[in-house]
Amino acid sequence: MSAVNDSMVVARRNLIRMGRIPEMLIFGLIQPIMFVVLFTYVFGGSIQVGSSSSTQAYREFLMAGIFAQTVTFATAGAGAGIADDMHKGLIDRFRSLPMARGAVLTGRTLADLVQTALTLVVLAVVAVIVGWRTHENFGKVLAGFGLLLLLGYAFSWIGALIGLSVRTPEAATSGGLIWLFPLTFISNAFVDANHLPAFLRHIAEWNPFSATVQACRELFGNLPPGFNASDAWPMQHPVWASLIWSVVIILAFRTLAVRKYRRAAG
Amino acid sequence: MPGAIYAEGLVKTFGDVRALDGVDLDVPEGTVLGLLGPNGAGKTTAVRCLTTLLRPDSGKAVVAGLDVLKQPDAVRRSIGLSGQFAAVDEYLTGRENLQMVGQLYQMRARQAKARAVELLEQFHLTDAADRPAKTYSGGMRRRLDLAAALVVSPPVMFMDEPTTGLDPRNRQQLWEVIQQLVSGGTTLLLTTQYLEEADHLAHDIAVVDHGKVIAQGTSDELKARTGGERVEVVVHEREHIRTAAEVLGGFGKGDTTVEEHTRKLTVPVTGGAKLLAEVIRELDSRGIEIDDIALRRPTLDDVFLSLTGHVAEEKTEGAGEQGNKKTTRKDSRKETVK
Repeated sequence: MSAVNDSMVVARRNLIRMGRIPEMLIFGLIQPIMFVVLFTYVFGGSIQVGSSSSTQAYREFLMAGIFAQTVTFATAGAGAGIADDMHKGLIDRFRSLPMARGAVLTGRTLADLVQTALTLVVLAVVAVIVGWRTHENFGKVLAGFGLLLLLGYAFSWIGALIGLSVRTPEAATSGGLIWLFPLTFISNAFVDANHLPAFLRHIAEWNPFSATVQACRELFGNLPPGFNASDAWPMQHPVWASLIWSVVIILAFRTLAVRKYRRAAG
Repeated sequence: MPGAIYAEGLVKTFGDVRALDGVDLDVPEGTVLGLLGPNGAGKTTAVRCLTTLLRPDSGKAVVAGLDVLKQPDAVRRSIGLSGQFAAVDEYLTGRENLQMVGQLYQMRARQAKARAVELLEQFHLTDAADRPAKTYSGGMRRRLDLAAALVVSPPVMFMDEPTTGLDPRNRQQLWEVIQQLVSGGTTLLLTTQYLEEADHLAHDIAVVDHGKVIAQGTSDELKARTGGERVEVVVHEREHIRTAAEVLGGFGKGDTTVEEHTRKLTVPVTGGAKLLAEVIRELDSRGIEIDDIALRRPTLDDVFLSLTGHVAEEKTEGAGEQGNKKTTRKDSRKETVK
C-alpha cells in the first residue's frame, strides 16, 4: 500500500511542478507541432507511401509517426527531472525517508504520463486542423492512443535510468534525446519502410518504435492505399508487438532504474 | 550498551580514495557529537553511511538501536537528515514541501498538513508558507530543510554542515534552533568545518582527517591536549615591558615571549583564574599600568593545527570524490542564488 501512496505523493509533487513551469509543456509542444506542419506541407505529396503519393494519404500516414515520436521524447523530460533531483540533493532526502524504494521513480514516470497525455491531446487537435482524419471506430482510435501512452511510459523509464546515471540535468536532456533521432528515423514513422534499403528495412521492421506506429495506423485506419505490410512478425501483428515491446522495456528498465536508485551515490 | 549512534571500523573507498578508513564513533543518547574536519576528510561519507544512503565496504553501524545495514527501513523511520545544502523542492511552497515529506514518512494527509503548520510556525516561515521555496533566502531555505528533517521529531538527527554558506546572523539563528532541539533530548551528529560551531554546539568533538578519527573528547579535553593555558598582558608604557616580563617570568611555566611593537607579553601558565588574579596584584603593586590582560586557552584552531599539521579551512589534496562533489554543490548553490 505504501508503494502506491508514496508514488502518488511523488507524482502529485511533479505535477505541481509542471503546473508552475508551464513553459516546459509549451516547449515540449513546439517541436512536434512544427514536425506536423513541416512534414505535412513540405514532404506531403513528394513522399510515396503504399502506392499513393497524394498529399492526404501522406498526411494521415504521417500522424501516427509524429505522435509516437512525441511520446518517446518523455525520455528526456524524465531523465532531466531525475538528474535535477539528484543534483539538488532531493534524491538523498527521499532515500533517507522510510518510503517505498521505487516510488520516487514511479511517481515521476506517472507524472510524465499525464504530461504526455496532455501533449497528445493538443497535438491531435493540431493534426485534425491540418487535415488528419481517422477511419475506424472510436474504440479503436482510443486503443491506438492507449498504445502510444504505454510506449511513452516505457520510454520514461529509460529516461529515469539515464537521469540516475549522468551528472547534470543538461547531460540527461541530451543523453535522452540524441539516440531518439536514429531510433525514430530508422523506422516506418516518416516513410514507408518497404521503400528502405534491405538492411535498414530489417532494423525498421523490428524497431520497437515501428510496431507502435504500425499498430496506430491500423487502429486509426490510416494505412495508405496499396500498402502491403512486410512479412516480419511485428509488422504482421503490430498491436501485440507494440504491447510486448512496451511491457518488456518497462520491466527491464524499471528493474535497472530502481536498482540504480537504491545504490545512487548522489 | 552502545549509544544512539554507534559506528565501529567503518570503511568506504571510492576508487583509490579511502574516504573512510576505519571510523569509530559512539554518541550517547541525548548528546551532540561534532564531526570536525576539513573538506574531503570523510565527514559527509560518514553521515551518508550512517543514514543508509551509502553502504560501507566494511564495519558496523547502529543508529537508535537498529543495525543500519540489516534494518535500513527501520533506521529511516528513526532519523532526520539535513543535508549540506537545502534539499527542498524549489517549485513547491514551504507548506507543500513539508506536507510531502510528512506523507512520505507515512503520515496521513491530514496529520502531515497539521504538522507542516506547526513546523512553519516554529521555524518562522508562516508568512512565506505559500510561496515557492525558490523565492526564499538562503537562511530560510536552510530552516525549511531543517524543518523537513524534523517532521516526525526523530530521536536521532544528522546535520551535514548545517550552516555552511550562511551569513553570521542566519548562522546564529540556526544555532539557536539546534540548541532548542537538543535541549528536547534529541541525539545529534553534526558535521562542520567551523571550529567555533563545534565548540558552541557539541558536547563531544571527533576530529576527522583523511577518513580517520584522529582525536575525540570534549572541547576542553582537546584543548588541554594541545598544551596549557597562557597569560597575555598588554602594558600601557613601553618602558614597563622589562619589569612586566620579570613578573610574568616568576609565574610562568616557560619562556615569556614579548612583542615590542604591540607591548604584548605572553607566558605559558598553569593555575587558571586564581593565578591570573595573583599576576594582576603583582603587576599593580609594581606600578605597572596595563591595557589588557587575559587568560587564553588554546582555540580549536590550535588543536586542529597541532593534530593534523594543517589548518582546518585548508583544502586538502586528494579529496577525491567528496571534494569534487562539494565543488559541484557549491556551483549549484550559486545557480540558485541567481
